[in-house]
Amino acid sequence: MKNFAFTVSAIAMLAGGAAHAGPEAEVLHWWTSGGEAKSVAVLQQEFAEKGGEWTDMPVAGGGGDAAMQALRARVLSGNAPTAVQLKGPAIQEWYEEGVLADISAVAEAQGWADVLPASIAGHMQCEGTWCAAPVNVHRVDWIWANADVLEANGIAMPTSWDEFNAAAEKLQAAGIIPLAHGGQAWQDATVFEAVALGILGADGFRKAFVELDEATLTSDEMIAVFDQMRTLRGFVDPNFPGRDWNLATAMVMNGEAAFQIMGDWAKGEFLAAGKAPGEDFLCASVPGEGFLYNVDSFAMFEVGGDDKQEGQALLAELIVGKNFQKVFNLNKGSIPARTDVALDDFDSCAKLSSDDMAASSEGGSLLPSYAHGMALRGAQSGAITDVVTSHFNSDMTSEDAVAQLAAAVANSM
Amino acid sequence: MKFLEDHLPKLMLAPSFIAMLIFVYGFIGWTAWVSLTRSRLLPRYEIEGFIQYERLFSSLRWDTAFTNLFLFGGLFIVISMILGLALAIFLDQNIRAEGAIRTIYLYPMALSMIVTGTAWKWILNPGLGLEAMVQGWGFEGFKFDWLVNPDMAIYTVVLAAIWQSSGFVMALFLAGLRSVDGEIIKAAQIDGIPNWRIYSAIIIPSMAPIFLSAFIVLAHLAIKSFDLVIALTGGGPGFSTDLPATYMFAMAFSRGDIGQAASSAMVMMGVVFTIVVPYLYSELRVKND
Repeated sequence: MKNFAFTVSAIAMLAGGAAHAGPEAEVLHWWTSGGEAKSVAVLQQEFAEKGGEWTDMPVAGGGGDAAMQALRARVLSGNAPTAVQLKGPAIQEWYEEGVLADISAVAEAQGWADVLPASIAGHMQCEGTWCAAPVNVHRVDWIWANADVLEANGIAMPTSWDEFNAAAEKLQAAGIIPLAHGGQAWQDATVFEAVALGILGADGFRKAFVELDEATLTSDEMIAVFDQMRTLRGFVDPNFPGRDWNLATAMVMNGEAAFQIMGDWAKGEFLAAGKAPGEDFLCASVPGEGFLYNVDSFAMFEVGGDDKQEGQALLAELIVGKNFQKVFNLNKGSIPARTDVALDDFDSCAKLSSDDMAASSEGGSLLPSYAHGMALRGAQSGAITDVVTSHFNSDMTSEDAVAQLAAAVANSM
Repeated sequence: MKFLEDHLPKLMLAPSFIAMLIFVYGFIGWTAWVSLTRSRLLPRYEIEGFIQYERLFSSLRWDTAFTNLFLFGGLFIVISMILGLALAIFLDQNIRAEGAIRTIYLYPMALSMIVTGTAWKWILNPGLGLEAMVQGWGFEGFKFDWLVNPDMAIYTVVLAAIWQSSGFVMALFLAGLRSVDGEIIKAAQIDGIPNWRIYSAIIIPSMAPIFLSAFIVLAHLAIKSFDLVIALTGGGPGFSTDLPATYMFAMAFSRGDIGQAASSAMVMMGVVFTIVVPYLYSELRVKND
């Protein structure tokens, strides 16, 4: 059946190839909302200007789950798209299924290794060959704050979790919700990893959430992380379960709440509401050294036919090209993955993000976000998130949570 | 022609029979196979034994989901039946505007579970719905936070599901009540037997088949419940309102753990079988007698 479908698609491809000559690309992605769709259109336009024929395959819904279903069906029928929006270890997972292409020729010609931070470049390589192209870098470990609320209560942006707790208690006494949070599993996990980075430090974070080192997962520091989560639980309004992240951002915007811990897509919400960074809202990295990144990328799938392979190479070149990296990230609120793009048009938060990325890349604290599927495979990160969200939403003790964490990780292998 | 005359019914049924064989039983077999493998992102076919089931039953989240299935299913079935029966008996008292009232009770069934879930999410949300409204009336101490309370959230799913389905159960029972022989009832009334006795000793016992069908319909609604949970609580707070169906979906489609999803699907099917097989058995036995 598989071979049959493959043959049919091969014939179709040959027939199509005879009629059309020039680069072709079919791109599967789930950037369908306003700003995102605009960002993809930029790439589409550039691709068309180079004489390419772009077949758009947007699959909305479920934060990419629906797109992954479509991808699975396409791969199983032997007819994979040219490029697919994939990220983190999922790229390696698909590589192990033997369906990714080698785009090392493009990567070497364009000198990707010199312009991408080493740890991000690592995600784009499959056993030494390049198999994916990075689009942007989202920073996950941000604290957003309402500038007026902080000023009115005489609070500075916290630089340690103790300072944060003190500030939060002060705000609570003043009748302001200290932390705007949405009780969805991935948001719980986002806060959790930000706390963990601060308490465990960069090395501890890497051991716990990249290497899944059992000693670190059950250490006293990890208990302290869960203790801090329990403290944060007290700073959240009772009505938080199920709230979407952008509603939490809106609470900070209108002064109902003071802080939000969320990735830099939250900035897009502030900017869209006409708020200015540094004046209306403040951005700072969460207490602790390090930088948690969430890098969107396109994985290149094995395709047959010269037109398609040509299209794939062109696409890869354009994605990492300076112009697209700049325009796309201005639209999306993230920063370019390559470090040599001029940031003149970007806002102050993006510049801070870029500086921190360069510094942490040198200091070895540029780390993948576990909550956003950059550090671990789905089964493992899911198992951790289950424990985190279950602890945050119940009266489980930190000791129990740590024990469960180790058990859940072992069970997910 | 003779051949056609003899075999036409079989020929007519053959396509759907074959389709059923492949798409229902074939894929049940496929799922069973995959549940014995170490499939992750894509299905693999080397059999590894019962490792996925071991993982399943040592997973806390599955534990919650499986317990919820019985808690939710039990309460939903029992309360829907009691409520449906009570409504049907009240409607059976030759009251005025019965048709209109019947339609009102039956109407929730016309909504999709997603709509029911979303509407109840707003009603039960402490900051927007019932709690905020009653507090707004001046009862500051009023508290109804089941939706955001991990220990109580599963009961909000029960509540919404009952609201949705009890009208339908009422319709089933009403049809049953009407089908009881009027002569017997009249005879009982002439003998001066009180109304509640007529119901408890004559009418309800003679409706046993209706109870069974209502139970089967409700049980399968409970086991396959998915959309209601997704719309109402999204499985939360935490994963306290997860059901086996939402667990399976999460494993298969967002975690890339197909083996785990397949094993949970097999366990769900096992639950369905333990309910349906005795029913089928009793049905078939009656026919053979």
